[in-house]
Amino acid sequence: MLPEHSPFAPAQRRSLEELLAGFSPAQRFWLAGYLSAAPLTGGAEPAGAPAAAGPKLTILYGSESGNSEKLADLSAKEAKKLGFKATTRNMSDATPADLAKIENLLVIISTWGEGDPPEAATTFHKALLSEEHDLSKLRYSVCALGDTSYTRFCQTGKEVDARLETLKATRLTPRQDCDVDYEDAHRAWLDEALKAFGPVATAAPVNGNGNSVFSFAAAPTQPVWDKKNPFASEMLERVLLNGRGTAKETWHYELSLENAGLTYEPGDALGVIPANPSDVVESLLKAAKLSGSESVEVSGTSKPVAEALREDLDITALSRPVLTKLFAFSGSAQLSDLLKEGNEKQLNDYLWGRWIVDALEDFAPKGIAAADLVSILRKIPPRLYSIASSPLAHPDEVHLTIAAVRYHANGRDRKGIASTYLADHVPQGEPVSVYIHENKNFRLPASGDTPIIMVGPGTGIAPFRSFVEHRSALGHEGKSWLFFGDQRYTYDFLYQLEWQEHLASGALSRLDVAFSRDQPEKIYVQDKMRERSRDLYTWLEEGAHLYVCGDASRMAHDVHQTLIDIVVKEGGKSKEAAELYVEDLRKTKRYQRDVY
Amino acid sequence: MSEKKLSANEGIKTRSIYLRGTIAEGLADLSTGSLSEDDQQLIKFHGSYQQDDRDLRADRRKHRLERAFSFMVRIRIPGGVVTPEQWIACDQIAGHYANGTIKLTTRQAFQLHGIIKSNLKRSLAGINKAALTTIAACGDVNRNVMCNPNPFLSSVHAEVLATSQAISDHLNPKTGAYHEIWLDGEKVESSEEVVEPIYGKTYLPRKFKIAVAVPPSNDIDLYANDLGFIAIVEEGKVIGYNVAVGGGMGMTHGNEATFPRIADVIGFCTPEEVVNVAEKIVLVQRDFGDRCDRKHSRFKHTIEDRGVDWVIQTINEYLGYPLQPARPFVFEDNGDRFGWVEDERGHFHYTLFVEGGRVLDTRDYPLRTGLREIAKIHDGDFRLTGNQNLIIANVSPEKRPEVEALMKQYGIAGCHEQSGLRLSSIACVALPTCGLALAESERFLPEVLNALEERIERIGLRHDAITIRMTGCPNGCGRPFISEIGLVGRGPERYNLYLGGGHAGDRMNKLFRQDVGAQEIPDVLTPILEHYARERQEGEHFGDFVIRAGYVAASTNGPGFHRDIKAEALQPVAV
Ligand code: SRM
Ligand SMILES: Cc1cc2nc3c(=O)[nH]c(=O)nc-3n(C[C@H](O)[C@H](O)[C@H](O)COP(=O)(O)OP(=O)(O)OC[C@H]3O[C@@H](n4cnc5c(N)ncnc54)[C@H](O)[C@@H]3O)c2cc1C
Ligand SMILES: Cc1cc2nc3c(=O)[nH]c(=O)nc-3n(C[C@H](O)[C@H](O)[C@H](O)COP(=O)(O)O)c2cc1C
Ligand code: SF4
Repeated sequence: MLPEHSPFAPAQRRSLEELLAGFSPAQRFWLAGYLSAAPLTGGAEPAGAPAAAGPKLTILYGSESGNSEKLADLSAKEAKKLGFKATTRNMSDATPADLAKIENLLVIISTWGEGDPPEAATTFHKALLSEEHDLSKLRYSVCALGDTSYTRFCQTGKEVDARLETLKATRLTPRQDCDVDYEDAHRAWLDEALKAFGPVATAAPVNGNGNSVFSFAAAPTQPVWDKKNPFASEMLERVLLNGRGTAKETWHYELSLENAGLTYEPGDALGVIPANPSDVVESLLKAAKLSGSESVEVSGTSKPVAEALREDLDITALSRPVLTKLFAFSGSAQLSDLLKEGNEKQLNDYLWGRWIVDALEDFAPKGIAAADLVSILRKIPPRLYSIASSPLAHPDEVHLTIAAVRYHANGRDRKGIASTYLADHVPQGEPVSVYIHENKNFRLPASGDTPIIMVGPGTGIAPFRSFVEHRSALGHEGKSWLFFGDQRYTYDFLYQLEWQEHLASGALSRLDVAFSRDQPEKIYVQDKMRERSRDLYTWLEEGAHLYVCGDASRMAHDVHQTLIDIVVKEGGKSKEAAELYVEDLRKTKRYQRDVY
Repeated sequence: MSEKKLSANEGIKTRSIYLRGTIAEGLADLSTGSLSEDDQQLIKFHGSYQQDDRDLRADRRKHRLERAFSFMVRIRIPGGVVTPEQWIACDQIAGHYANGTIKLTTRQAFQLHGIIKSNLKRSLAGINKAALTTIAACGDVNRNVMCNPNPFLSSVHAEVLATSQAISDHLNPKTGAYHEIWLDGEKVESSEEVVEPIYGKTYLPRKFKIAVAVPPSNDIDLYANDLGFIAIVEEGKVIGYNVAVGGGMGMTHGNEATFPRIADVIGFCTPEEVVNVAEKIVLVQRDFGDRCDRKHSRFKHTIEDRGVDWVIQTINEYLGYPLQPARPFVFEDNGDRFGWVEDERGHFHYTLFVEGGRVLDTRDYPLRTGLREIAKIHDGDFRLTGNQNLIIANVSPEKRPEVEALMKQYGIAGCHEQSGLRLSSIACVALPTCGLALAESERFLPEVLNALEERIERIGLRHDAITIRMTGCPNGCGRPFISEIGLVGRGPERYNLYLGGGHAGDRMNKLFRQDVGAQEIPDVLTPILEHYARERQEGEHFGDFVIRAGYVAASTNGPGFHRDIKAEALQPVAV
């Protein structure tokens, strides 16, 4: 059904619907491609031309890995089609005071860390929550991105939404909290909000492109591989990067992009859609007391539940939403207790290291019907991996550096689904479902002469392998300095031979390494940065760009603090001045992070 | 010789500015765990060898890693005596930076293995902090001076120990490089020769080794040394030392120009003269040793080339007076005496057997922990023997019960209740750390002994001390060529079997079988041991028996080692 606000007169809408109804998916697909490729001449103008008439609309986003940013752009495009004077704004370039000057606001913001705002939005977020402003003229709606497997689901979005209300702004449509498969939820929210923000110029020009009915309509003539339609990439090579004697398991994978028509840039990530390992599926079926052959509906098609559990659904990540849904079927008193207000601590303790199968065993001892089981599970979320190769150095290939997650919790051996899917279940020659996840916020400097400092312990090394290969392939002369760290020098010096070659060729100018378990006291990358503080500051003063990749929980934070300390020490600045200095590095995109 | 080209090492030494080279810079570069070729030679003088874990070599590249480089550190301990505090310090460094083991060497020193580059400096600093050093533990200089740890006559031991230490100190390199590089001593501009009054800027042509023995024990294997001093004791006092020169083990398979040699006793000197005599003999080798061919540059070669009379005459010239005629003495054996002994002052000494000299913790034998605990309460000292064993020495009568309790607790108490064969065994390090190893040794000899023990048990030789020594290559670090049974690696799983060495380490053995498969060793030896058990004469040692029984001919010195080898020795073994 074409929504009412679609830019057609009722008569047009009806005849269009009739037509489309008769089309096969293939025909729709072709049409979409055709329309987008060849804008219609005659009465219509090209898409996206803002109709000057419409109201101003600001779309403010806070994004770490680019999802919110992409959605913001998409929203603007849609709004323009409806005649809004829509502009997007990154929170890193905005202040709460600016909000007092505008009337229509859409906010799209994700949550990171343990319920923290994205790095780029921290300043804005802090200011918004602390400063007093009169926003009584402001009308807004918030779309929050998040992941239900985190306890503080969509925390930042919730905070922003509530705070705007306190500052007397008018919430026009309710906040939308999105899980990792956010596309449809966002679409619905956007349609709602734009409608509410109307009135709009219905006379806006037309073509099929991006019309909200066809989520596939943006397709150019060649299919785009994305989350929903991933590319089956062949595993070309797998190399264990840790030497015998190590306590780690870090893999180097080389995947084929041949004939995919996929392009990427250093700094981008690869989305990987894993399948759940059969042993996990088995244990879940067992707990649910199902044979596996029971047929269920998932995303419009019906298939045996075993298959759905293996390929379509997240069958491990336990969360409040999952437990809440489970309660509806099991009615376990214990469970309802756990979900009570005020029992968050107990709930979190329970969630830690547990899987959905544990919850079934604990709270649904009689098992659960196939359809019910499926209804409490979300779609299996793709995992992102920083690309470790340069497209110039390895045409038609994409390389990854992935730590296999294996741990022991509550007396059980547990594993990370995607990382061990690749490590244990994708031999050479087998396909993996992937798509490119662009990351505009992690890019080499425009100029090949600009010095770069790269801090990438553990798998954080990945994008820097890509950076160094890329610059060397382009013959760029800019200085480069890598800080790497891991557990043991002898076993965990990822890509050691390659770094030695890059040093010899000059592609890498400088290398500092920190290994935490080679001596009684721990040594981390930030300690090496401190040791080298003078040179490091000199590089920054020379205009170097600083990149940090890897662990978000501690490393990124410690490195950030160290950076500030270094500016204080070597720049003779006050703590506040140093913080501004670093903040300015970030604003000017000379300090970029890819942390997870 | 003069027109021959100097060996590469001579150039390295000359360029090094008294052993500095670019070691400091090399240590700072952590993109590799290795040092430059030249520096790898130079750090030997500082007491360290660059090595790599040969067990891992094969698959490092496929992990995109360089070889698993690490450093072995040799702590030189003149006379092999350390305090409990020093023991604890070494134990701690072994745990923090090395592979968690301490190797007691055949020259009464400690070796720590597996120290990576980034930890090398702190390890050496720690060693020096404990008033120990690694300088000149290796390299073309005088090495650790050995001394009989004699637990019986402590007054004599005190004297010979003092002598060994005096010789050691006197011959130590004087360059400031060591302090600069490892102890952050500030750089002193090195002027000319005065830096090394004894050695000069090219040091010696090759390593030089000195040992001091107290008859009747030859536990330090005096005859294997470039220079040996044999204490002559009268009424519990050392009246002087016999002088022996030209011993050495190393040779190369298939190269008869290389050979082991036992030292010749050439004279006698008084305790007052001994340090000066040592210096002058070192000078003779400095001036006349071959600096072109490193396989021909030990003192033993200088002597073989020019003759014993020449060397005596030259030494006398350097001394400015003739050495006195050698005094009579007798060596009975070159083994250790295990268990408790009491010395003349009523102090106690316990000699414990350390298999392969490797001090480590295993689940059923936490030796390293035990010794650490003992060190914490011990009021005497520790003495390393030349056979890779350890003496808990100078235990006061009051402390003995405490020490014994700990020995019980950690299973050390019964450690010498083993076959005489095992107690008389030595195995060099070999794989995986030794870069020159052709075959296993320390990790394999215990297996051979297990197999042999079943048999000697049966034939009634359990308590007979028969010296058996294995090395992974013919360099002879375990002195295999002066043992009654010598096993020398020739290739993976293959050994040359030598028989007929003197029980007191005073006669070289001879090749009995070439290329014996590792698993065949016990079967090849058993019939001979059975024969010995049946037909030995009263008090006849195995090494003498095999000669009388005609298994091998007695070796004459030096090149004689390669003569009179029976034809069947070169035939493939038929078992
Ligand atoms: C640790 C020790 C064997 C042991 O298990 O105890 C040892 C170990 C090594 N010896 Fe030795 N030698 C050791 C006593 C000996 C002895 C026995 C002795 O001195 O009483 C000899 C035979 C006597 C002699 O010098 O002739 C000995 C003759 C050699 C040789 C052959 C020298 C020669 O001129 O023929 C080499 C190779 C070389 O120097 O080129 C060598 C070289 C080595 C090296 C450093 C290998 C190398 O050069 O890369 C070995 C280190 C292995 C490792 O991973 O630790 N080692 N080496 C002994 C340490 C003694 C010390 O504390 O200083
Ligand atoms: C932008 C971006 C780039 C990334 N780049 C890389 C990269 O280059 N290389 C790389 O290896 N990873 C990278 N990651 C992380 C990667 O996406 C996955 O998160 C990671 O591989 C784990 O996924 P998994 O499916 O194996 O584990 P999952 O099945 O998702 O399980 C992970 C969960 O297991 C639980 N868990 C894990 N360890 C323990 C423990 N010890 N105790 C208790 N519970 C535990 C936690 O709840 C954790 O959230 C990146 C992430 C992002 C967002
Ligand atoms: C390291 C990490 C931490 C995260 N923490 C949270 C969180 O605490 N709560 C939440 O709802 N989502 C969390 N997420 C999920 C992200 O919000 C989600 O992936 C979102 O789509 C990212 O959007 P962005 O690319 O615009 O930043 C986290 C994701 C990562 C990788
Ligand atoms: S004898 Fe050979 S194998 Fe054994 S330690 Fe010495 S050099 Fe290495």
